[in-house]
Amino acid sequence: MPYDKFNTLTSTVVPLPAENVDTDQIIPARFLKATEREGFGDNLFRDWRYDVEGNPKPDFVLNNPTYSGKILLAGKNFGSGSSREHAVWALYDYGFRCVVSSFFADIFKNNCLNIGVLPVTVSAGFAQQLFDAVEADPSTEITVDIAQQTITLNSTGASETFDINAYKKENMQNGFDDIDYLLNIQEEIREFEMKG
Amino acid sequence: MEKKTLFDKIWDAHVVRSVPNGPDVFFIDKHFIHEVTSPVAFLNLEKRGIGVMYPDRTIATPDHNVPTVDQDKTIKDKLSRMQVEKLRDNCKKHGIELHDLGSAHHGIVHVIGPELGVTQPGMTIVCGDSHTSTHGAFGAIAFGIGTSEVEMVLATQCIMQVKPKKMRITVDGELGKGVTSKDIILYIISKISAAGATGYFVEYAGSAITNLSMEARMTICNMSIEMGARGGLIAPDQTTYAYLKGKRYAPQGEAWEQAVAHWESLKTDDGAEFDLEYHYDAADIEPMITYGTNPGMGIKVKDRIPNADLLEGSNKTSFLKSLEYMGFAPDEPIKGKKVDYVFVGSCTNGRIEDIRAVAGFVKGKKKAANITAWIVPGSREVEKLAHEEGLVKILEEAGFELRQPGCSACLAMNDDKIPAGKYAVSTSNRNFEGRQGPGARTLLASPLTVAAVAVTGVIADPREVF
Repeated sequence: MPYDKFNTLTSTVVPLPAENVDTDQIIPARFLKATEREGFGDNLFRDWRYDVEGNPKPDFVLNNPTYSGKILLAGKNFGSGSSREHAVWALYDYGFRCVVSSFFADIFKNNCLNIGVLPVTVSAGFAQQLFDAVEADPSTEITVDIAQQTITLNSTGASETFDINAYKKENMQNGFDDIDYLLNIQEEIREFEMKG
Repeated sequence: MEKKTLFDKIWDAHVVRSVPNGPDVFFIDKHFIHEVTSPVAFLNLEKRGIGVMYPDRTIATPDHNVPTVDQDKTIKDKLSRMQVEKLRDNCKKHGIELHDLGSAHHGIVHVIGPELGVTQPGMTIVCGDSHTSTHGAFGAIAFGIGTSEVEMVLATQCIMQVKPKKMRITVDGELGKGVTSKDIILYIISKISAAGATGYFVEYAGSAITNLSMEARMTICNMSIEMGARGGLIAPDQTTYAYLKGKRYAPQGEAWEQAVAHWESLKTDDGAEFDLEYHYDAADIEPMITYGTNPGMGIKVKDRIPNADLLEGSNKTSFLKSLEYMGFAPDEPIKGKKVDYVFVGSCTNGRIEDIRAVAGFVKGKKKAANITAWIVPGSREVEKLAHEEGLVKILEEAGFELRQPGCSACLAMNDDKIPAGKYAVSTSNRNFEGRQGPGARTLLASPLTVAAVAVTGVIADPREVF
């Protein structure tokens, strides 16, 4: 479904350096029983965020008032495992519009681009710079500029470019999803199908 | 002539058009849906006021959240019931074939697709489930998609995809006694890591692969996603054709001969190039088990848990956090550790061959007193065969509890949960934190290793038990 346009985002950052964070951690399977796309943010990182009684675990970053923002700074191989788009719905619903990591799992990355969360892949070195900067000063801001394809650490001006294909870039900038494109070429698809 | 891989041949034949500097519009031959990742897709179609373009290219079954007892009764869990009812409504409304609870071909979507002969060589197959890679065992391009893409397939039979890179993994040689295809794939993932094939589509080749049955090949392709690959495939051969012949949706008569002639062309050309290749010797593979919280954390059952000393920084932190969750220490042997549950089932190892293997090993024995043993067939068809072949009797006499088909304790969306802190040795595909229930500790292994654990009550090497 259409989502908010993404152009330039300047925000503080929530750091989550854990590696190999799979989508079962982002949203456990028992919270996938909805038939509508609503309220998933409440269960984002459920078992890391709350204990079995539902009390917030104070040592988890989402429960630490020091950190907030629309950018999640994640460890490498983020979003592995299950293809559940609910993981991205949960991130979006919670308020994240951008995830930065040195390495993303494929399906997760596709799902992000399909619903308007920008996955930004940076070098391992730059990711470490960002983690260090945010640890030193939680009010550190990062700017992600999709037109220029740059991510900048505002305090130092350190910057890196990131990849995104031209088609997806235009979609993100306009809040379009793929289905609009596909519906427009239905006749061509029909002809293709007929050829068998 | 251009040398092409099997993957190229199938991919290129399904590109409707290529978007300049963008993805391919990729045509999907067959689409499987289940109750968990499809309802929002149908809801969005309604919001857009559009229907399903080719209903006969989609097949549905409820599997993820269904109970594995009393399937003939109303589902007790309200949310699960609503999802299953929504699937029924959506299928009825759009004319989609549904294999409902209790019907002859109900089961896990990746088990029933092949059983029905829906899955065939050369096809493109998707489903809102990452283990769709299973169908690659037939020489198909099959992979998991998100719900937005489920909506795209329903609406247009296409998705927008950037073509992945190509990897070939060759395993040559003879497998030793007690070593199964599950051990092959756990071994490969332990070598190249849980992210080692991200960005790639894998072709599995070599004599150790081509000697496998279809069921065993499905186990390997199923877990391609666990090393990050979008999917994995194996070139079709006589084993593939023999499995498919006579299946409900397999081509019949003259069409069969034509299909086989086409399938014969589905091979990687000699000299075709891959972006990355790995070679392994089957003789190096032994019974495997995982000790951590991603499928790349696997060792031979006989080996010690790795030492953390060589790791640094965030690698070390993640490794130690993982061991802490599992209640294990670096450098200790894994064999002999006490286990509480065993689970035989899932789209990885819930097929008849797996149940035969377990029954064959536990025949005349009893499970250990400390073990709760669940066996969940992948489908009604598997369940029926298990009864007919007398396997159920053997397993029940050994103390296993047989449940009805579904995804069950693989992801614990239903009541089949491993309690917090308990150890489960499981034939499923993921050992993530909480995967089998909050706080549950999962160790992945082959059906034979699971059988050995069931009988001894501890982590055991099947070669030493039977």
